[in-house]
Amino acid sequence: MSFPLLTATAALPALGAIATAAVPAAQRVAAKWLALLVSLGTLVLAAVTLVRFDPGGDRYQLTESHAWIPDFGVSYQLGVDGIGVALVALTALLMPFVILAGWHDADPHETGSRRWRPTQGFFALILAVEAMVIISFEATDVFLFYIFFEAMLIPMYFLIGGFGDRAHEHGDAVAATQRSYAAVKFLLYNLVGGLIMLAAVIGLYVVAGSFSLQEIVQARANGSLHMATSTERWLFLGFFFAFAVKAPLWPLHTWLPNAMGEATAPVAVLITAVVDKVGTFAMLRFCLQLFPEASKWATPVILVLALISIIYGALLAVGQRDIKRLVAYASISHFGFIILGIFAMTSQGQSGATLYMVNHGISTAALMLVAGFLISRRGSRLIADYGGVQKVAPVLAGTFLIGGLATLSLPGLAPFVSEFLVLVGAFERYPAVGVVATFGIVLAALYTLVLYQRTMTGPVKAEVAEMPDLRVRELLVVAPLIALLIFLGVYPKPVTDIVNPAVKQTMSDVHKTDPQPAVEAAK
Amino acid sequence: MSASAVHSLWTTAATAAEPISKINAPKIEYGQLSPTLIVIGAAVIGVLVEAFVPRKSRYYAQVFVAVVALAAAFAAVVALAAGGYGTTKAHIAAMGAIAVDGPSLFLQGTILLAGILGVFTFAERRLDPEAHGNRVDSFAAQAASVPGSDSEKAAVKAGFTTTEVFPLLLFAISGMLVFPSANDLLTLFIALEVFSLPLYLLCAVARRKRLMSQEAAVKYFLLGAFASAFTLFGIALLYGYAGSVSYATIAHVVDGTVTNVDPALAGTMGNDVLLLIGMALIVMGLLFKVGAVPFHMWTPDVYQGAPTPVTGFMAAATKVAAFGALLRLLYVVLPGLRWDWRPVMWAVAIVTMLGGAIVAITQTDIKRLLAYSSIAHAGFILAGVIATSPDGVSSVLFYLAAYSFVTIGAFAVVTLVRDAGGEATHLSKWAGLGRRSPLVAAVFAVFLLSFAGIPLTSGFAGKFAVFKAAAEGGAGVLVVVGVLSSAIAAFFYIRVIVLMFFSEPKPEGPTVAVPSPLTTTAIAVGVAVTLVLGVAPQYFLNLASQAGVFVR
Repeated sequence: MSFPLLTATAALPALGAIATAAVPAAQRVAAKWLALLVSLGTLVLAAVTLVRFDPGGDRYQLTESHAWIPDFGVSYQLGVDGIGVALVALTALLMPFVILAGWHDADPHETGSRRWRPTQGFFALILAVEAMVIISFEATDVFLFYIFFEAMLIPMYFLIGGFGDRAHEHGDAVAATQRSYAAVKFLLYNLVGGLIMLAAVIGLYVVAGSFSLQEIVQARANGSLHMATSTERWLFLGFFFAFAVKAPLWPLHTWLPNAMGEATAPVAVLITAVVDKVGTFAMLRFCLQLFPEASKWATPVILVLALISIIYGALLAVGQRDIKRLVAYASISHFGFIILGIFAMTSQGQSGATLYMVNHGISTAALMLVAGFLISRRGSRLIADYGGVQKVAPVLAGTFLIGGLATLSLPGLAPFVSEFLVLVGAFERYPAVGVVATFGIVLAALYTLVLYQRTMTGPVKAEVAEMPDLRVRELLVVAPLIALLIFLGVYPKPVTDIVNPAVKQTMSDVHKTDPQPAVEAAK
Repeated sequence: MSASAVHSLWTTAATAAEPISKINAPKIEYGQLSPTLIVIGAAVIGVLVEAFVPRKSRYYAQVFVAVVALAAAFAAVVALAAGGYGTTKAHIAAMGAIAVDGPSLFLQGTILLAGILGVFTFAERRLDPEAHGNRVDSFAAQAASVPGSDSEKAAVKAGFTTTEVFPLLLFAISGMLVFPSANDLLTLFIALEVFSLPLYLLCAVARRKRLMSQEAAVKYFLLGAFASAFTLFGIALLYGYAGSVSYATIAHVVDGTVTNVDPALAGTMGNDVLLLIGMALIVMGLLFKVGAVPFHMWTPDVYQGAPTPVTGFMAAATKVAAFGALLRLLYVVLPGLRWDWRPVMWAVAIVTMLGGAIVAITQTDIKRLLAYSSIAHAGFILAGVIATSPDGVSSVLFYLAAYSFVTIGAFAVVTLVRDAGGEATHLSKWAGLGRRSPLVAAVFAVFLLSFAGIPLTSGFAGKFAVFKAAAEGGAGVLVVVGVLSSAIAAFFYIRVIVLMFFSEPKPEGPTVAVPSPLTTTAIAVGVAVTLVLGVAPQYFLNLASQAGVFVR
């Protein structure tokens, strides 16, 4: 039996979480280093996975399969396709930066009980989230996926509610209330989504008698499993609802600005760059593969919702006074693009959407983490409290600008490629949708540049005059991310090579072929 | 009735009397009934201990007797199950009164384990501060003395303790062991009374807040007496219908396959009015014990007022026993009638799930909150009962086992959080508990997450099992309602977690008492079972599905 690489990639951070939590109260710094080392180790394992993955090979590779709960028809089945392996790599890649950026976020600022160990808890929870996210990207058993899809809410919830931003205009008490509100809202939205999915998961079992993704897809393809049209649609809706909450898609998005606003910047990155990707990923893997006909049936509505997300998210981002909420609304707009790409049902669209997930993860991480450094210096999240920072802290301002430009998809930076692909994919099949979506880019330019202008340019405000520039630790976080943004912007081929075969497979599962180019069709 | 009828009755009686040649001695399978017999025997020994052992050593003697007896009974259950009495050798014992089969043994095992943990929480004597140099437990010094009176003070000063709780607990457990395995209606009723009466008493003997405790006991007793009366009335009507109290005979009459008709009952036999009313009354009595809406009114008051160890034990074990009896009644006696009872049970399940979950949102007392949550859980279990399939039985068995350990553990944690007035059950006092005692708060959070049915806890596995069985049994609507009420329920479980972890601790908040190894064991076992059944439930699911066949 070969080494269970996929299990190891998920198990290492899980064990690391337990070990970190067990570090004695006085050894806070050791806990941080332990967490960082574990996340780096996971990155190595993810890199090995990426190397061992053969883009031209079988659909699911590095598979593992063990019986787990035969009574429920559940097995422990792992396997990655190109999309999954890219997202596992993204998750493992971002984690060390998240940990490094949050280095001081959970230092205890009060003397609690002897056994109160917030620092250990913070890093243990981050590693727990990493483990659960990675295993959901790898699971090819619907039930296994569901378990971790739901279970990851709990550590996320504690991360949001327990370790909020200390920078708050109304003081600590208000901050604590808003934080727990945000955490509860996050949990309830996602839990309701998840429970509705649970009903659909049970329904799927009753219909299909199995939870194995491959078995069900095969059975549907060779006709041995027939699903009534209405059943398929109901089940699709149950699954899609949960993923749309997680992604989040308008009108189920309202938890995201609260959660990202109140959480610390690294946790906000964890939410939007990592955890939410499980939602969009699951649309590709589960909705499209399990319920191809229902997916096509729902496409028009979903496209409209995605368009609303793109435009509405961008418009609200323009109107924000709070830096972190602005990034949150920008993310909602970007998730609209991802979902648009998935449901455009063209190979460019879906490749673009997958690439978008990776690029959005990196670009949002860069922007949000620099924003976090900025906020921690001034102690305020309000845009109006800043001005002229580029004169005081040029490196900080410069990295902030690059993060922002990536967010607005400037050509030469990674998100441009994916956004372009998504738009091309949408144009091919639904030109009108493509036209509307393009306005999202215009609005993105507006909110990003206005944010930069108000915070970084202009006369230096008295409160920011003494602001120090980025420290070494912070540079270590930002520089690699920016390098990646530029590299993938110029040369996205490594990622597209991995992703494209998987996208072709998914397209064939939904029995869709790309529309003929107009010129060829006219011949 | 006319005179001739009376006359004919006399003559019938006269002719029916035959010379008695020999009396068939009843055949009792002592080995197969040993779990129950051991517990009853130990309870009697407990009474003797009360009478003859010096006061100083009674506590130790009682705890010893109780734990040994329950462990021995559990060993007997395991031996019977290993001997195949749960599967191939399942049969009716004790002249048709007791069924020894899979569900019986599984539920008896669950009740006995819950009972052992119950004894541990009953025996805890480190939580309350010492009174006059004597360690005290959760029970009144002298149950008979008026609260606040001189005689009570004297009893406290003399260091009296109510060690009678242990024999009472054993009597209750023995009733509970018989209840799910009763195979005729009279045994069912006697078991019901045997386990109910000690519980009424146990509810009344709290050391702190005695008036509330006594009020709870009176409420429980009055409502319970009503429910018992209903049950008894229903039994009488069913006897009129079938001419027998035996489950098998009633089932034959319901199916129309009865062989010999008793001439005295020929007039009423097979009368569907009697059947329907009788069945409704019996089921009502069982639903009362289960705590299903609309028979749930006693639950919050009793759960709140009773001493917390009693609440924990009662919440777990009563539910197990009563659901076992309900399952047997519906699956063995009335399967032929399922088109009549299923719609009713559907309605009960829906209002129970939603009612429990919705009302729980407004609760401010942790014990009342858990009471309403137990109502919601009764609804989830009913969804599995309605499945009317072997999967339904085994899912209910699994759920009950999972639920009882979580419940005992959760109430055991409640006993630890205390202030000057005893247990601090008001939710506002739990604010910031996670800061003061992260471990206790984390353990309680695990129990709450299991109640909420979050994956990787036993609550999720149980919920998934019953919902899957219900969906396969064609009750998809119930699953959707169940999922929705789970979402509502999640809200208030989460609220407690928020309170513990994200609220600032109050300056004069409660302290967490350091328990003796007894309560620690109960809580640790609860957590371990919760996680094991959540992560690797297969072995126990196998056990439950092997045990999921009733003997008739």
